[in-house]
Amino acid sequence: MTEVSKGHAGEPHVHRGEGCGCLAADLAKAEEILAELSPVDSGDLIPLLQRLQDAYGYLPADVLAEVSERTGIPLSRMYGVITFYTQFSTTPRGRHTIRCCTGTACHVRGAKDVAEALLHEVDVEVGGTTADGRFTFENVACLGTCFLAPVVMVDDEYFGQLTPAKARAIVKNYS
Amino acid sequence: MSEQQITNVKELTACQEKFQEETNRFRARVMVCSTGCRALGSEALSKAFHDKLAAAGLEREIAVVETGCHGQCSRAPLVLIEPYDFLYGPVKAEDVDEIIQTTLVGGKPVDRLCEMVDGQPCPTRSEIPFFKSQSREVMKHCGSLDPKRLDQAIALGSYQAAAKALTTMTPEQVIAEVLEAGLKGRGGGGFPAGMKWQFCRNAPGTEKYLICNSDEGDPGAFMDRALLEGVPHQIVEGMIIAAYAIGASKGFVYVRAEYPIAVEHLNIALKAARAHGLLGKNIFGSGFDFDIECRMGAGAFVCGEETALIASLEGQRGTPRPRPPFPAQSGYNKKPTIINNVETLGNVPRIIAEGKERFASVGTTGGKGTKIFALAGKVRNTGLVEVPMGMTLREIVYNVGGGVLDDRPFKAAQMGGPSGGCVPAEFLDLAIDYDSVKSVGAIVGSGGLIVMDDNTCMVDMARFFMEFVQEESCGKCPPCRVGTRHLKDILERICAGHGKESDLDEMEKLGKEIIAGSQCGLGQTAPNPVLSTIRHFRGEFEAHIRDHKCPAKVCQGLYQFVIDADKCIGCGICAKNCPTAAISGEKRKAHAIDQQACVKCGVCNEKCPYAAISKV
Repeated sequence: MTEVSKGHAGEPHVHRGEGCGCLAADLAKAEEILAELSPVDSGDLIPLLQRLQDAYGYLPADVLAEVSERTGIPLSRMYGVITFYTQFSTTPRGRHTIRCCTGTACHVRGAKDVAEALLHEVDVEVGGTTADGRFTFENVACLGTCFLAPVVMVDDEYFGQLTPAKARAIVKNYS
Repeated sequence: MSEQQITNVKELTACQEKFQEETNRFRARVMVCSTGCRALGSEALSKAFHDKLAAAGLEREIAVVETGCHGQCSRAPLVLIEPYDFLYGPVKAEDVDEIIQTTLVGGKPVDRLCEMVDGQPCPTRSEIPFFKSQSREVMKHCGSLDPKRLDQAIALGSYQAAAKALTTMTPEQVIAEVLEAGLKGRGGGGFPAGMKWQFCRNAPGTEKYLICNSDEGDPGAFMDRALLEGVPHQIVEGMIIAAYAIGASKGFVYVRAEYPIAVEHLNIALKAARAHGLLGKNIFGSGFDFDIECRMGAGAFVCGEETALIASLEGQRGTPRPRPPFPAQSGYNKKPTIINNVETLGNVPRIIAEGKERFASVGTTGGKGTKIFALAGKVRNTGLVEVPMGMTLREIVYNVGGGVLDDRPFKAAQMGGPSGGCVPAEFLDLAIDYDSVKSVGAIVGSGGLIVMDDNTCMVDMARFFMEFVQEESCGKCPPCRVGTRHLKDILERICAGHGKESDLDEMEKLGKEIIAGSQCGLGQTAPNPVLSTIRHFRGEFEAHIRDHKCPAKVCQGLYQFVIDADKCIGCGICAKNCPTAAISGEKRKAHAIDQQACVKCGVCNEKCPYAAISKV
C-alpha cells in the first residue's frame, strides 16, 4: 500500500496511519476480500463487487480503482457491470433501505398508495437517499411474498398487508 | 448427524433407516413454517413451542421442526401437528399453551385455529378444500422436514433416486426416462427437458456445465423460492441426476439476491451434502464427480433468460446472446451447458424413483405431471398450489383458491407474469396446460397466477407490465428498448384520459414489431400483457379513450370522489385530513368536494367513519 494515496476530492493526501479515515486505512477490507477470493478472475467480478458492497455499504470510486489495479480487471469493465445491475450503488446509501414491492399482487392490492405515502412521509424520491441519510428508497419488482401484499421490506425485515397509514407508522420506528 | 461418508447405496439405505428410527422416537411433531411465515413472526412461535415443551418436560417425546412452506400462506403463520395432520393458522405465540394442552396432550383439535369449512372447523389438512384438490408431488416434503437438516431429508428418501441413477442406469437411460416421462421445462419455456439434455450429452467435449435457474424474477411467482427454502436437498439431488445425464462435473445455482433465506438454506444443504460425500468425487462409488456453487444475482430481471444468465455468471453485463448456438452446444465459458429451472429439477428425482409411467399418468397431452402455481391477488387462499396439468382455472380459483376475495366477481387471471397475459372469466373452464393457455393469449410461464376482480383496471395492468419490462429491458435490441417505452407512453396517456382512437391499432402494430425484432424471450414476449388485454378487454380501453372513464375506478383523473349528502353527518374529519383543503361545509351539515382542488389522494375516503365518500 502506498503512503500517498488519492483523497476523496482527488488531491494528494499524506497518510497519517490508523484512524486517518482515508482510503489507505479503509482498503484493509478490500484486501481481505481479494485475498479470500484469490486468484481473482474476471468471471468472479459480480461476487467480488457484492462482497465489496457488503463491506463498504456502497462501491467507493477509489476502492474500485485500487481493486482494478490489483486484479487487472479494467475499471471500464467494472463500471459496465455496476451500472447494469440495480443492486450496485456507487454513492453512499442511507442507514436503512426501504424496498417497496411493486409486483403484480402488490399492485392489485394497492401498493401504489403505500409507496406514495412512504415517499411523502420520509421525503425522498424513488432510488434516492433522504437528506439526513436515514433511508434509501427502492422499488423492487417482486419480493416473492405475494401473500403479504402489499409488502414493504425495511432492511431485512418484511412488513405485510400494509395500508398507507400502517406504512407511515412503521418507518417512524427507524432512526 | 455425524459427518459420516455415504459412499454407496447400502450406506445410504442404512442411514435412511437410522434417521427414520430417530424421527419415530417422537410421538408427535410440531411443524412450524420458518420460511415464508417468518415474515409474520414464526421464529418467535417455534421458540415458544421449544420453551414451553421443555418446561412441560415433553421435549423428548414431542419434536419441534422448523420447516419449509405448507402452502396455504394466507393463514400464515402455519403450524402442522403430526401425526394428527392438524393444520393451524394463523397461530400466535399466545396460542402455544392451548395447542400443547388440547392437541399434544389431549389429542383433540383447537377449533378456533382451524380452517372453517361450511361453518364448521376442519382441522385435518387433507380434508381442507385447499389441499383436497391438489396433487402435491414436487412439494410433497415441503413442510415435512427441516430444510437445514440432511438427516431428515434422507429419512424421507432423498438421494435414493440419485443413487439409483448413478449406480444402476447409464446416462442415456436417465435421459430416455425423463424424455419419455414428458417433463417440460417449468420455468416458462415449456421445452422438453430430456430433449435438451440429449443435445448437451451429444455435444462434443468433456467440460460441461449444469445451471439451476433460480432467478425467479416474474412478479407474482414464488414457487422456486419455496422449493429452495423448503426442500433444498431435493433440488441438489435433481441436479446430481441431471449432471450425470449430461456429463457435467460442475453446477451452479443462480439465485436472486432478493431471496436471502433460499441462499442460506441452499448453502447449508451444499455444505452438508459435500461433507457426506453426496457431492464431490466419486459419488456413490460410481466414479462420477460433481459439485455445485451458489451464485447470487445482482438485480436484473433479464438474467432469467438463459443466455443473459450465462453472461452474468461469467461476470459480465447480463445481456442476451443470439441463439443458435444454443447453450446446450455453447454456453458457460463456451462449453455445453444446460439451464433448468428449480421446479423442473425438483421433478427429476421422483421420475427416476417412481418411473416415467407414474409421472406421465397425471396431466394432459399438452403437459404431463403437476404444476405449481403461485396463487395471489384478489383470491381468498393465497399461497402455493400444486395441481395436475389440465385442471380448469375455475377449479384452481374456486376449489383450491376458495374464490375471489369478498365474493366479488372474477374478472381475469393474469398468468405468466410480464411474458404472459390475462385470461378472462369466459375461459374459467379452460383446462390449464401449456398449449391451451397459449391459445387464449397467455402462457403458463413459471406459474404466477394473479386473480383480479372488478376493481382491477385492465388498462392500468397493461401499463403496469409495460413499465416493468421497459425498466428491465437490457437495452441491446432497439425494438424492445424503444418499443416498450413507446407502448408505456401510450398507455400512460390513455390512463390519464388523453387516449386517441388510433392508439389501439398502433399498440397492436408496435407489439407485433417488438416481438419480431427482439433477440431474447424478454422482448419477444414483452408486448403480450398489452396485446392480450386489448384482445379480451377492448371495451375497457375504449371507455378510457372515448368516455374518459375508468370503469374500475383505478386510473387517477378518470374518477371523482363525491360525498353522499344523505350519509354525511358533517363531522368534518375529511376536511381536516384533506391535504389540499378541497373539502368544505358547515359543521353537522353535508360537506362537498371541490373537484378542481381535489388531487384524488383518497385520504378522505380512508378516514370517513360513515362510508359517505365514494368514487364515481
